[in-house]
Amino acid sequence: MTLLEVVGVSKVFPGVRALDDVSFTLAPGEVHALVGENGAGKSTLIKVLTGVYQPDGGELRYQEEPTKFDSPMDAQRAGISTIYQEVNLIPLMSVAHNLFLGREPRTAFGLLDEQRMNREAAEILSRYGVTADVRRQLGTMALGAQQMVALARAVMIDAKVVIMDEPTSSLEPREVETLFGVIRDLHAQGIGIIYVSHRLDELYQICDAVTILRDGQVVHTGKLADLERIKLVSLMLGRDMSAVRREGFTGFSGQMTGDAEAPPVLRVTDLNSRRKLHDISFDVRPGEVVGLGGLLGAGRSETIKAIGGAYPLDSGDVQVDGKDLKRPTTVAAVKAGIAVQPEDRKAEGIVAGLSVRENIALAVLPKMARFGLVSDRKIDKIVDKYMKRLQIKASSPNQRVGDLSGGNQQKVLLARLLATDPKVLLLDEPTRGIDVGAKAEVQSLIDELASEGLGVVLVSSDAEELIEGADRVVVLRDGVVVGILTDTRVTTEALLETIASSGGHRDDH
Amino acid sequence: MSQQVVTGPEVPAAVVQADLRRAERTDRIVGTIQRQGALAVLIVIVIIAAASFPNFRSYDNAATILIAAAPPMLIALGMTFVIITGGIDLSVGSLYVLGGVVSAYASQWGLIAAFIAPLLVCGTIGLINGLLIAYTRMAPFIVTLAALLGARGLMRAISSEGSETYLVKSSAFRSFGNGSWLDIGYPVWLVAVLVLLGILLLARTRFGHAVYAVGGSQDAASLMGIAVRRTQVTVYIMSGLLAGLAGAINAAKLGSGVTVLGSGMELDAIAAVVIGGTLLTGGAGTVAGTIAGVLLLGVIQNMINQIGNVQSNWQQVISGAFLAVVVVAQTYLARMRRVT
Amino acid sequence: MTTTEAPVFSLPKIKNWLPAYGVYVAILLLVLYNVLFTENFLAWSNIRIQLIQVAPIVIVALGMALVIGTEGIDLSVGSVMALAAAFIPLYLGYGVLAAIIVSLIAGVVVGLINGVLVAKVGLQPIVATLALFVGGRGLAIVISGGQLKDVRNEDFIYLGSGDFLRLPVLVWIAALLVLVIAFVVRRTVFGRRLLAIGGNRPASELAGLPVQRVLITVYIVCSVLASIAGILAVARIQSSDASAVGLLIELSAITAVVVGGTPLTGGKVRVLGTVAGALLMQLVIATMIKHNLQPSTTEMVQAVIILVAVYVARERRSR
Repeated sequence: MTLLEVVGVSKVFPGVRALDDVSFTLAPGEVHALVGENGAGKSTLIKVLTGVYQPDGGELRYQEEPTKFDSPMDAQRAGISTIYQEVNLIPLMSVAHNLFLGREPRTAFGLLDEQRMNREAAEILSRYGVTADVRRQLGTMALGAQQMVALARAVMIDAKVVIMDEPTSSLEPREVETLFGVIRDLHAQGIGIIYVSHRLDELYQICDAVTILRDGQVVHTGKLADLERIKLVSLMLGRDMSAVRREGFTGFSGQMTGDAEAPPVLRVTDLNSRRKLHDISFDVRPGEVVGLGGLLGAGRSETIKAIGGAYPLDSGDVQVDGKDLKRPTTVAAVKAGIAVQPEDRKAEGIVAGLSVRENIALAVLPKMARFGLVSDRKIDKIVDKYMKRLQIKASSPNQRVGDLSGGNQQKVLLARLLATDPKVLLLDEPTRGIDVGAKAEVQSLIDELASEGLGVVLVSSDAEELIEGADRVVVLRDGVVVGILTDTRVTTEALLETIASSGGHRDDH
Repeated sequence: MSQQVVTGPEVPAAVVQADLRRAERTDRIVGTIQRQGALAVLIVIVIIAAASFPNFRSYDNAATILIAAAPPMLIALGMTFVIITGGIDLSVGSLYVLGGVVSAYASQWGLIAAFIAPLLVCGTIGLINGLLIAYTRMAPFIVTLAALLGARGLMRAISSEGSETYLVKSSAFRSFGNGSWLDIGYPVWLVAVLVLLGILLLARTRFGHAVYAVGGSQDAASLMGIAVRRTQVTVYIMSGLLAGLAGAINAAKLGSGVTVLGSGMELDAIAAVVIGGTLLTGGAGTVAGTIAGVLLLGVIQNMINQIGNVQSNWQQVISGAFLAVVVVAQTYLARMRRVT
Repeated sequence: MTTTEAPVFSLPKIKNWLPAYGVYVAILLLVLYNVLFTENFLAWSNIRIQLIQVAPIVIVALGMALVIGTEGIDLSVGSVMALAAAFIPLYLGYGVLAAIIVSLIAGVVVGLINGVLVAKVGLQPIVATLALFVGGRGLAIVISGGQLKDVRNEDFIYLGSGDFLRLPVLVWIAALLVLVIAFVVRRTVFGRRLLAIGGNRPASELAGLPVQRVLITVYIVCSVLASIAGILAVARIQSSDASAVGLLIELSAITAVVVGGTPLTGGKVRVLGTVAGALLMQLVIATMIKHNLQPSTTEMVQAVIILVAVYVARERRSR
């Protein structure tokens, strides 16, 4: 008997096939890992399973009956609960109130029974390892404890399926153990669990089965014990050979342009940030392309943002051309010659409502102006220069950037960065979501820039792209540098191996 | 390589426990300040006032303060619910005046009509506010600001452009306004009962919890199964009803439906609610705090009157100043309580 | 992916175009209506009056448009007008310039407070400007001693009641400010940055823009413009009544901005549209009055128009 099942499900958004003929089965009491990088379709699949989206094709089956969930409430009522990475509870309300919201126990007079609520809440939560005062505001507790409350609530609501989205991303190791204990309990009760995570150690500790998604398709499903770690990682990250043959290799020339003798143009020392980054250090020499490798959540984007002054650091130094970056602000970083291209170009990159011109000139307005008055002529020159060099395709420099294709938007962003005459370029997923042709253009551009003496830090979840583009690769896992690949070790296998290497990352640093 | 224990990935249990206890203590202290701050200030100010002004210490003066505070208390009660859901109701000042005029006009048909009519009219406007805010997702401040204008227009329309001051025709209604039981005016009793009901409703019913949930996080509340829109509409209806009732009480007291009342009741209500510890961003606050806030502003106004030759408008200035201080303080207090 | 050619008059196209340019069409229609059905509409005396009445609203709306362009709002503009009005009679004794400067400084101080609360403390703009909304007018009344003061300084009155080349000085000043603000938005570094910050704040931060500085400046500009409106209002009615000057002007200003096509979500400022929005509302009210509608009815109609304008503008939120 299967508990929850999707058969041949597809979900299409304008321009994107988020899910393509996906089939997935969850048995009662099974702990099923759902794995895949960003954009692979994990969250879309979950949204289909929980009624947020309706599938465009295929069928959803619950307890062997074909079902439709018209809304998240529908799915919840049927017994499918989700614990999200961002705790979807009310931070300002007390723990007990959150637990019982909507089904608070009442006294004889119809008023809420506060004492009983608090008592029962404390009792329930102690089983989940939460001993804090249940009258506390939820938001003042550690994230791990908050997630336990979310989990407790889900189970209380007679859940038959619990979907956990990156449940351990903010947990201490102790809390992870407690969570696993709870999961084993649920498993014994016959509750099915879908466990979404990229933390390989945990997957192998707690999950029975695994389904791997890539580019909206299922590339593997089966028992986890039958799958080697390295195979798992390569299935997640690598492009299969047929795609490579079809699309050709990357636009990178594969040649090293770094100047091994010159002093580093960027030196990052012991970056530490709360729980996310731990003692991250590396150098970038002029003309070098340093790749930051690792899985989702390894801390690559945070490292890049931290260098650019956009992510809070507890401690650490950033030096550009030997000079310390004194104040950790974006303004200071840009002045020092650091240019950051963020991962999410829609939310943090382009200003969609403004034109190509305005977007490109955004970071260098003072240079384009005299006495605060903008010189359109100066801007035109720069815009022209970069539109030609990067081959930005737009109907005119005045076209609204939001109307451009993803690839051109990315180029506009790059143009903006280049206009600041940077010394170091930090690129986070520069070719994500853009078509093959544009990808190759951007990649060869990166090569060009490196050969002109710029230092480049490259983050990419496309292993091929990372390996071909980078001269060296710094491999991150859970915010820690676990290895640096150089020379002949800059290969996909070495990368996957380093990422996949089991256990011990918690003990040996 | 990290030598420190605390910033590494593995934190020993003992350290975590100590951290947790410290965090809990800070949380309790800060939480208490947030909730009872207004009460503390009120007590201090009352002591100062009693010490500085001989007139202040009389029973009569206390009664005066309470009676004057009755209508603002009702308005602030409704405002408390609205602000906790993360919204705001700027129309209550106009609804208050409208309620008074409607009540006076309807009093020709008796005591019951004098109460029911303003409730109907103002409640309906509150309903419209709520529907617009809940279903079209327009910003509450603009919807209720427009309602402020519209309600004022309506009030002028039914009072011949503000020139007609209807006299209260029902003697029963008038004796409600001016009579007393145990030396405390009927209106004060009514307000006290309603305020008590309000406390119970907010703290001890599922609806009350829904109000907090919607204000705390509309999305999470929706995911948790709360009928968000219904809750929103309800609080705006409540706000309208209470404002209308406050106007009716005022009409009963004065014996007429005055059309030229000073605007700004809504601002006083907002100030009282915020000073009382309710967060303008929603999700937290209490009726008890609002009571403290209303009384605090009432006492200050009383003190200003005692001083005599000082501008009575200082009250608004002080409200504004208190408001600013409280809002900034609440922001920093809230930041201290959050872990991440 | 190819898109099919959309027909010229399709509904979605009109929906997109309406919030931005609908105001001009509405003005045209209304003017037409008045030319046909309202006597003396085209008389110079009538046009003068309309312009004089709309000028202060335009000035305040200009500042409001800038703030809204950063995805913010400033509820304190009415109180700022009152403050400016309160200071004038107190300092006219030292000369017109002195009085004006003091009022402007009051505006700068208020704007600074608002800006710091929004940019540095991180309060929501509604919350931040609420304090001055609540207390500002009271402060103004206190400063003015609670009395309506007549203003008799000839030079000062000229600003609000005098003429220059047959047009009221008041209107000249408003027109000048419109040009200045339009210029600032289109041609200065500050203006470009303002639009970028309103359009996408995280992106602007990453690009190294001095976001806090720009935000604080925007609120200062808005308050200063409100001060100017207050000064001119006093000059016009030749008396300073802190309890009445600028009452509910925030509503008129926000309506003008929204009706004029500037989105509440920030990123775009339509200066000309804002002026048109103010003119439209003025015309609507004037039309109703001329056709003997009671003031109470005009108020109710205004309320409905505001709601409709905001509703239509809201639909455009296509993030």
